[in-house]
Amino acid sequence: MSETRSIAVKFENVSRVFGATRAADNLAFEVYDGEFFSMLGPSGSGKTTCLRLIAGFEQPDIGHILVHGKNVEGVPPYERDVNTVFQDYALFPHMTVAGNVEYGLMIRKVPQQERRRRAGEALEMVKLSGMGERKPSQLSGGQRQRVALARALVNRPAVLLLDEPLGALDLKLREAMQVELKSLQRQVGITFIYVTHDQTEALSMSDRIAVFNHGRIEQIGTPAEIYEHPATAFVAGFVGVSNVVSGALAQRLTSSSQAFSIRPEKISLFDLGTPVPADMLGIEGQIESATYLGANTRFVVTVEGKQIAVIKQNASNVGTPDTILGKSVLVAWNLTSMQKLS
Amino acid sequence: MSSGKSTPWALRLATFAGMLFLHLPLLFILLYAFSAEDKSFVFPIPEFTAKWFSVAWNDRPDIWPALALSVKVALIATLIALVLGSLAAAAVWRSKFFGRDSISLLLILPIALPGIITGIALRSAFNLAEISFSFWTIVVGHATFCVVVVYNNVLARFRRTAGNLIEASMDLGANGLQTLRHIVLPNIATALLAGGMLAFALSFDEVVVTTFTAGQQETLPIWMLGELMRPRQRPVTNVVAVFVIAITFIPIMLAFWLTRDTQDVAGSGK
Repeated sequence: MSETRSIAVKFENVSRVFGATRAADNLAFEVYDGEFFSMLGPSGSGKTTCLRLIAGFEQPDIGHILVHGKNVEGVPPYERDVNTVFQDYALFPHMTVAGNVEYGLMIRKVPQQERRRRAGEALEMVKLSGMGERKPSQLSGGQRQRVALARALVNRPAVLLLDEPLGALDLKLREAMQVELKSLQRQVGITFIYVTHDQTEALSMSDRIAVFNHGRIEQIGTPAEIYEHPATAFVAGFVGVSNVVSGALAQRLTSSSQAFSIRPEKISLFDLGTPVPADMLGIEGQIESATYLGANTRFVVTVEGKQIAVIKQNASNVGTPDTILGKSVLVAWNLTSMQKLS
Repeated sequence: MSSGKSTPWALRLATFAGMLFLHLPLLFILLYAFSAEDKSFVFPIPEFTAKWFSVAWNDRPDIWPALALSVKVALIATLIALVLGSLAAAAVWRSKFFGRDSISLLLILPIALPGIITGIALRSAFNLAEISFSFWTIVVGHATFCVVVVYNNVLARFRRTAGNLIEASMDLGANGLQTLRHIVLPNIATALLAGGMLAFALSFDEVVVTTFTAGQQETLPIWMLGELMRPRQRPVTNVVAVFVIAITFIPIMLAFWLTRDTQDVAGSGK
């Protein structure tokens, strides 16, 4: 990220407290203009609170939020240049699809003709041309989702907030929408702030990801940074599958008790007795299980009492013989694949 | 359990008997309106006549002030109920505050309590506050239970409405007033109508609370009660009763019809 990029949203040490829980705990981060920024975390980690703080539905207890350099403290939601795609879409049931999309323009007193035209364009953008006269109740979940998107985008906000917008859709539709959302974002160039608990979604669409846990940000980075170099055990475990090695085993392998993580697909299995290459770390383990997953096989190997997950691509079509279970193997990985955890 | 398709004949019979018991008396009211016998209700009707309709229209000037008073009281009590009931429903729905459940219960209490208790309570309260009984004390008395039906109707509608519609509207640039006009009111309109009509019908035929909160005023139900004590021109009461049935029946049917297809969850996203 170049330093000269203009900042769309900035959190300056923001905290929001609900009773005894800190939904947002001293958050400081920036979202750049035109960026697809994801907030990833388990439910209750504070990501939705962040979104509501930007939208203006919540006010920070401590700290400031800046939208395009302007402190938005005390600015009500209807005066903020941001729009939200709600988790359950929140379409107005008494209005047609076109009525829903035109709502923001109608409130801003945009002349009716221009309203029509822009709503038509927005509906075309989300591939719902000709659906304008329908009621939301006559649409499928995926179509409602698109209406919600068009309703927000038609206002050309500075920042678009998306609160788990694909959560209610089935897997196939969700994957198709991920691709579509990403290309839509490139097309319109609006800053997207996307809240999700689905790591695949975050990895596949985002320019940068902020991983949330207990109201704090554990790590901010590009999808590759987050995946390849998780900063904490939480990030390593939450984003993808990871083996976190700590304590005595870490001591034995690295002569340091500092925990590290290693991704299952970066581990190799060799026959016992194979010399360990210089740039690799190896230790003996027993294969406990092997699960055939089509493209891959997932092994669980026990090393000094600790279970390590290993994933191997099924490059040949031989399959895995049952006799492999219980076999002692050399478990090895490249030193550069290891990620020290703080 | 029978075969599951047809209702057992005994149950059908019981249903018909129950419906007859509920609605046959209404037919008798209609029937007696045409009876020539004016001192007591006798069956079978000795002779049919339509003269009581003309008597009620031409010779009984005491009917019309009572009818007018009832309509006025019901209209104003309904208006008060619409404003207070929907505001209370909105407050209970939107915010969580200390004592919310108690307030909800206290709002419903006037309709759950026997009217006589509400009546006595109001009467002693008016006396204590040295408010003389008037048109307005009747209106206030009626409003206490009219608020409940509006409150219940509107609250039920709110609960079936997706909660974030208001947030969505504000997010799209609408302030509170615009959101009320474009989003909230259209979504609760039929509930307001149904609640208002029920409130009107409740107020229109109320006797007990009125007895305790009225001064010299005589609403239509009170007038009818008085007529029944007097053994003359009894069928006139029935003629008026037929009108009351019609006046109460029409709004209730309308309310029923207007809210018939609101079972589906309004505004649900999925």
